[in-house]
Amino acid sequence: MLVWSRPGRIVLWVLFALIFGVLFLAPLAVILLSSLADQWNGVLPNGLTTEHYTDVIGGAAWNSVKASLTTGFLASALALVSGTWAALSLRLQGPSLKRLLGLLFFIPSAVPSVSVGLGLLVAFSHPPLLLNGTIAIVMIAHFVLISAFTFGNVSAGLARLSPDFEQVASSLGARPAYRLWHVTLPLLAPYLVAAFGLSFALSMGELGATVMVYPPGWVTLPVSIFSLTDRGDIFAGAALTMILVAATLVLLLGLERITKRATGA
Amino acid sequence: MSEAIALRAPAIRREPGKFWIVPPAALLALLFFYPLALIARQAFLDDSGVANPAEIISVLHSRFFLNALINTVTISVSATAGCLIVGLVLALILAFVPFPGSGFIARLIDTFIALPTFLVTLAFTFLYGSAGMLNAGLMETFSLPLPPVDFLYSTWGVVLAEVTVYTPFILRPLLAAFSLVDRGQIEAASVLGARPFRIVRQVILPAAIPALIAGGSLCLLLTVNEFGIVLFIGAKGVITLPLLIYGKAIQESAYQVACIIAVVNIALSLGLFGLYRFAAGRLGV
Repeated sequence: MLVWSRPGRIVLWVLFALIFGVLFLAPLAVILLSSLADQWNGVLPNGLTTEHYTDVIGGAAWNSVKASLTTGFLASALALVSGTWAALSLRLQGPSLKRLLGLLFFIPSAVPSVSVGLGLLVAFSHPPLLLNGTIAIVMIAHFVLISAFTFGNVSAGLARLSPDFEQVASSLGARPAYRLWHVTLPLLAPYLVAAFGLSFALSMGELGATVMVYPPGWVTLPVSIFSLTDRGDIFAGAALTMILVAATLVLLLGLERITKRATGA
Repeated sequence: MSEAIALRAPAIRREPGKFWIVPPAALLALLFFYPLALIARQAFLDDSGVANPAEIISVLHSRFFLNALINTVTISVSATAGCLIVGLVLALILAFVPFPGSGFIARLIDTFIALPTFLVTLAFTFLYGSAGMLNAGLMETFSLPLPPVDFLYSTWGVVLAEVTVYTPFILRPLLAAFSLVDRGQIEAASVLGARPFRIVRQVILPAAIPALIAGGSLCLLLTVNEFGIVLFIGAKGVITLPLLIYGKAIQESAYQVACIIAVVNIALSLGLFGLYRFAAGRLGV
């Protein structure tokens, strides 16, 4: 306790509530309110309605929910496999190669997503690899952007793992494949689930690269929200944003529960 | 037993597993580094494969590029400064003047990391836009003819939105650093009559500096690359480098110009990434 006097503490708590309210609480509350607003001309909406949600769910926007979930799932799954593979096989390298490759696997997280999209357009717009205008290029963009985070999470998990278990297994005669499947991966499981959850959340909100490469017919949620608000339909945009937030949070909470059950905590 | 383990450890390293790194590395090379190299190639060479310094110089001297560069730097430096101040104030209260439910609030702020950045901009249009709650309230109360609050569609609107979005990235390492500060030291200082401000300056801040530097350079990197917030604000005068790349490539199909700007943006980002890695590695955050 840093401040002992009660009035002093209350002043600080009011300051905290003010900052927290203005910066974090108000935006979420206002998006929720506007997604339910009938008309909004004054300080508060004139009435509440669920019309925007029914519009959004009935309309083409529902397709973007499916596009986002599919893209998020496939890109995160691929990133999980490649990130785990990279983190595991990096342990077998010499120290200098390990440092260099570790850095290279991190770099996609530092490059602006719009540039990742631009690069994919420049690279895959002609044969032999003509991917421009396909769904695959959206998946690839998401995979590239989230792969660094998966790699980072799994590497951090591996670093925290005690090497004893693997060494005991190996001294008991477990072959590398058996050891990987029955010792290392189960121990890593909580980190893998966390990495998958973060990847999925990042993919659901990705806008910069997607807006560069998406084909008509595969419009993800953020792109769809942008085109709705850009057309002036901000209430529908807010409703779709709430769906995005809810989907992301449900997913993260669900994965957290799985991790807790797996670790027995 | 410990000797046996020490002898076994190098044996694991000598297993023929070195080439397992090839598949993920090849995937990364094909999908990330190859496109990146093509951006650089297209920036420096024209379609016939000849270097074109004139085009590069004209883009780098153009008003739209310089404006975007200045905007990007101004926004990211101001937003990072804002994040550092807000993050420090929030972290100090959460860690040293806790209230019932402060742990839950800290976790709630944490989940903002997982939410899309443009959400905040969208909310700000409802809050501070020309027909937003704040303006409507002020106009009703003081019967004003015009909306009095007009910062949203400017650089400052973007800065405020970015402060909201990126403060959690400062708060998280700060709270971790503060949890290691010796409470006894603070209590001793305060029993000896040191005022809270002095304790913060002399005891708490020195412990927080590594987290502030690492978090700050991460914020700089993320704000330089930020796209969604600026796109959603949609203000004509607020064009940053990522937005300019998008505009040139998608709206004007000027791929070469887009690639030249992208090279500058990527160089800036990689520089900041290097700074972040250096700071984080050096300070052990």
